[in-house]
Amino acid sequence: MTAYLITNVSVVGAAPTDLLIRDGVVAEVGPGLAAPDAAVLDGTGLVALPGLVDLHTHLREPGREDAETVESGSRAAALGGYTAVCAMANTSPVADTAGVVEQVWRLGREAGLVDVQPIGAVTVGLAGGRLAELGAMADSAARVRIFSDDGHCVADPLLMRRALEYVKAFDGIIAQHAEEPRLTEGAQMHEGEVSTRLGLTGWPAVAEEAIIARDVLLAEHVGSRLHVCHVSTAGSVEVLRQARARGVRVTAEVTPHHLLLTDEVVSGRSELASPALANSGSSVSGRSELASPALANSGSSVSGRSEPASPALPNNWSPAGAYDPVYKVNPPLRTAADVAALRAALAEGVIDVIATDHAPHAVEDKECEWAYARPGMLGLETALSIALAVLGPQWELIAERMSRAPARIAGLDSHGLDPAPGVPANLTLVDPAARRVIEPAELASRSRNTPYARMTLPGRIVATFLRGEPTVLDGKAVR
Amino acid sequence: MIRHLLSGADLDAAAATQILDTAAEMATVAGREVKKLPALRGRTVVNLFYEDSTRTRISFEAAAKRLSADVINFSAKGSSVAKGESLKDTALTLQAMGADAVVVRHPASGAPHRLADWVAGSVVNAGDGTHEHPTQALLDAYTMRSRLGRLAGLRVAVVGDVLHSRVARSNVLLLSTLGAKVTLVGPPTLIPVDIAAALAPGTDVSYDLDVVLPDVDVVMMLRVQRERMNDSYFPSAREYARRYGLDGPRMRRLPEHAIVMHPGPMNRGMEITPEVADSPRSTIVEQVANGVSVRMAVLYLLLGGNKL
Repeated sequence: MTAYLITNVSVVGAAPTDLLIRDGVVAEVGPGLAAPDAAVLDGTGLVALPGLVDLHTHLREPGREDAETVESGSRAAALGGYTAVCAMANTSPVADTAGVVEQVWRLGREAGLVDVQPIGAVTVGLAGGRLAELGAMADSAARVRIFSDDGHCVADPLLMRRALEYVKAFDGIIAQHAEEPRLTEGAQMHEGEVSTRLGLTGWPAVAEEAIIARDVLLAEHVGSRLHVCHVSTAGSVEVLRQARARGVRVTAEVTPHHLLLTDEVVSGRSELASPALANSGSSVSGRSELASPALANSGSSVSGRSEPASPALPNNWSPAGAYDPVYKVNPPLRTAADVAALRAALAEGVIDVIATDHAPHAVEDKECEWAYARPGMLGLETALSIALAVLGPQWELIAERMSRAPARIAGLDSHGLDPAPGVPANLTLVDPAARRVIEPAELASRSRNTPYARMTLPGRIVATFLRGEPTVLDGKAVR
Repeated sequence: MIRHLLSGADLDAAAATQILDTAAEMATVAGREVKKLPALRGRTVVNLFYEDSTRTRISFEAAAKRLSADVINFSAKGSSVAKGESLKDTALTLQAMGADAVVVRHPASGAPHRLADWVAGSVVNAGDGTHEHPTQALLDAYTMRSRLGRLAGLRVAVVGDVLHSRVARSNVLLLSTLGAKVTLVGPPTLIPVDIAAALAPGTDVSYDLDVVLPDVDVVMMLRVQRERMNDSYFPSAREYARRYGLDGPRMRRLPEHAIVMHPGPMNRGMEITPEVADSPRSTIVEQVANGVSVRMAVLYLLLGGNKL
């Protein structure tokens, strides 16, 4: 096993130091390390983060290997700085048995680029009818702890209650896709001004908020852990804030796209929710309509550190044409006010995690009419860049929301640990000064449905280490 | 002139007026013994219809033929579309056949916008999902102008299922551009959220038809599908008709000069009674005739036809 000496690198934003990686762990941390047998990486200007952990990834295997495989998704993850991903259960067949979760787990081991932790379905076939064999999945080689019908909501309140209770036996957690199905029949995009203009059936914010409100009460009632997937509305943030204040054991995630894009992109208008946030007082784009709510709320209070203004996104990006399904996603892109509330909640800790909801789709499932397109966006290879664009170089916050917290929630003990002597060497090196233009064809994912095509994003993953072995070096996957 | 006509918002007042003026010239052709102009000879217009809509399709077909264009009718039924061909592949096929204009009717909102990305010719939106139907709005504006002599300052009530109506959206956009004042009337369940902000800031909303009627120059009744009551948009067809249907007594609340419009097809007895539909105030048959003239004008201007 090769040893690696990373010199002059900032660990989670601290003053530069050296890191020695040997035998799968971080062997030493400190300035002026020497290790003649080690391969040396010059870390000048780079930031070392605990390897990123994604709580919400769709790897599509088994069933839709044309869109993604465990291997191609693992490669995308490693290139995005991830060392562990939680693979959602909506495969074909559905990951609702020990056999399927073990298959996904084994494929992940064989690919060997990230730890693939399968998520099990809550209900048989994601059909919402009866519980899948949750215990069998928990006891399997895949050691499943997170259960989710993601893509579908566990809408039946009794079934949700039972699921929350049942998984207590093995410290499991239910990750809910909060969407009241009757309120979203035929829904195509956020219900609001833009859906009215475009004549697309609205997906009202209340359909998410009503389920989260119900679920936090259920979780409180039975004393179980609840995780809320891809929170997308300001109202949901309010419900979560109140629940946490009461001590409900609820965690929540937000996606990069819900932190950056608004429903206006569906109409073909260039309306990012203000790219520059952290401490910058001025809109990057100079267009007044972009910015205000986000800027107003995300002021300096959040990080407690005074960082320079976030790297700005360029103002020359414009979205694809109107009705381009690359922006179709579930839950849908919301308003600038929602984006502002989500950013504030992320800074405050009401939202614990940035999770990608990486959702690869084959070209034919996106190059079609909006209503017929499948919802979802790629995310693994761009998540850190979006976080940098949105949060600025708040490394503590980024490490917490993209690595430590998700590792804790998923129970991945060897992940989410800052580089320190004796700690498993799961880490990633980021060049925050780099800029890159996202070209869909250059992504490692088998699919091309990134909403950030031709956008210039800050930050680049230079290297990723999984248990001391590089999965990415010099920005390229090792295999 | 613009290249495509996808939305009422594509037209500013000058462009819209140019279409209406051109349509007035086209209308004179209909009175001739030989109802044909050579303007689009050698050009190909494809009617690409993914939804049954006999009246719109034959209106476009008549318009194209009166301009001497070659017309290809491509209906989703019985074509390769039924075999699952994608919109993009269909677009590339039409492109290869040299379509100069594609007139598209589609159940999915935004399908014409997608099509416009994939073909070199002009795309005319002949109704997309619950989004827009801009030539309907143009023919409605034409009809109002012919009957009432102007558009600026007109007060227009659009009544019914605004939520699902492409006619309503296009009318709000176009009429506002041309200086008319639109009030949308219907049960709150069928008025989309933030409609004024979404389409035109001056747009009003009312839930009470009787209050609105005495103050309008035009009342446009929208088709309401009985099936909507199954989704609880309203309790019953009878209650809908009672509250939002236009019958004789309601019609008599209108000012003397006011006209009654309907884009068709009508549900007689639901949103409009036969007494109203067949009254002299009704412009329903004129609207059909005007549809051909307006669509001639649109095709002519989009395709940059030769002199009339």
